[in-house]
Amino acid sequence: MREASSKKAPVTLRINGHAVTVPAGTSVAAALAMTGRFISRADLSGRPRGPMCGMGVCFECRATIDGVAETLTCLVPCRDDLEVVTDG
Amino acid sequence: MRETCDLVVIGAGPGGLAAASVAAEAGLKVLVLDAQPEPGGQVWRGEARKGSNRLARRWLHRFAASGARFRPGARVIAAPERGVLLVEEGASSFAVRYSRAVLATGARERFLPFPGWTLPGVMGVSGLQVLVKDGFPIEGKRVVLAGTGPLLLAAAATIHSHGGDVLFIADQASAANHWSFALQLWRHPSKLLQGAALTAKLVTVPTSTEAWVLAAEGSDRVESVRLSVRGREEHLRCDYLGAAYGLVPNLELPRLLGCAVSDGAVVVNERLETRVPGVHAVGELLGIGGVDQALVTGELAGLVAAEQPVPPALERSLQGIRTFAAHLARHDTPRDELRRLATPDTLLCRCEDVPLSALEGCTNLREARLYARVGMGACQGRTCGAAAQTLFGWSGEDVRPPCLPARIGSLRLSPDVSSSTPTRES
Repeated sequence: MREASSKKAPVTLRINGHAVTVPAGTSVAAALAMTGRFISRADLSGRPRGPMCGMGVCFECRATIDGVAETLTCLVPCRDDLEVVTDG
Repeated sequence: MRETCDLVVIGAGPGGLAAASVAAEAGLKVLVLDAQPEPGGQVWRGEARKGSNRLARRWLHRFAASGARFRPGARVIAAPERGVLLVEEGASSFAVRYSRAVLATGARERFLPFPGWTLPGVMGVSGLQVLVKDGFPIEGKRVVLAGTGPLLLAAAATIHSHGGDVLFIADQASAANHWSFALQLWRHPSKLLQGAALTAKLVTVPTSTEAWVLAAEGSDRVESVRLSVRGREEHLRCDYLGAAYGLVPNLELPRLLGCAVSDGAVVVNERLETRVPGVHAVGELLGIGGVDQALVTGELAGLVAAEQPVPPALERSLQGIRTFAAHLARHDTPRDELRRLATPDTLLCRCEDVPLSALEGCTNLREARLYARVGMGACQGRTCGAAAQTLFGWSGEDVRPPCLPARIGSLRLSPDVSSSTPTRES
């Protein structure tokens, strides 16, 4: 089913300190969803938000990736040792 | 290291790939920038890895062999002077000097606010589709799709092929509109075949015209959706809701560069030159027209940029494609009911959490910006701007640099230097 992953070995990244192994080619937004909670941030009142546009327009999926704040998780493919921190 | 090129192409979807390929083959030094990690744009997302689409494979190969350079993950944030772009790429930034440009920034979905539209699990129709293509886990999940036109079927087919359970497809178009659209398709045999193939895959999915989302419900994520289906209210439990109403061109970059915009599309002449000398626009920027339009206009602009002759056949196919685009635009116009779904406490601006009630008394986007902070957040009005346009008829305004959130260091970058070190702290 997941054609994207067939050619390369899985990668392991860390999401909020927890190691997560996903097929190669998975976006960080998709990896967040695989953890069961695809919430990337909290809005100004603390309510949860998740990805909406999937293509770098809405900014709802943003999280801190490798120390760079407000990175769009839908645009970043997972790599080994990537460090993702959500604020939601 | 500073990037210098004869032609810079912004956007590596079909239009950008076609323009870049023909221009590079003609000998121009071509640089292609795209925010995504791979070439292909949204319509060919993932094709660089999968190679399942023949047309995509052909163009991606041609592009790779053309000699054009590709910089993925690159986002244009400003145009400090004519012939110069400032670009952020991950934690670094650089300047690009160019003689000519092809803008191929494509389109995004038109999102319209309704109660519950900020709940996690509520996404765009194509938004959900592209997330699934990138590995979003959809197997066994219940999905409702609501929107307009052919994108609904395309998204449903992708979700279905990844094991998702599409419960219902709601098309806002009237039945008459829907059929008049379908009956016109004989003029465009490739579209007819695409449509037929998608419909065949989805015969078991209940679909209705004159149907749209009234509200999404749930506490921390979407749990159910209320729909209006031919005047009756229906309630469905679901895990994901895809809701968006057609596409709108991404006009930020053309506006930033000073291109003229009319009726929501970039103004070009028959050589696809915008009002700014040396700058061309292709694909969805000319009005939503799909892959065929993107490829034909991309090829044409690439040839013009490289000062090559344009084959008459290419000009002729452009005519037919423009007719299809006009047809699609009539079908995709959101119906009036969709403008009245949001309640006073429904957020319009999702970045700054501005409810509809805060806009009372505002008569244009500029006032909404000044008094209510609409469009002042991270997405810079990309979502609420198009929504406000549909809801209130407010037109887009001039784009000011930076057109995306940018690091101070990137803005201080001189057009003649490039920083390969992180500029975040500066």
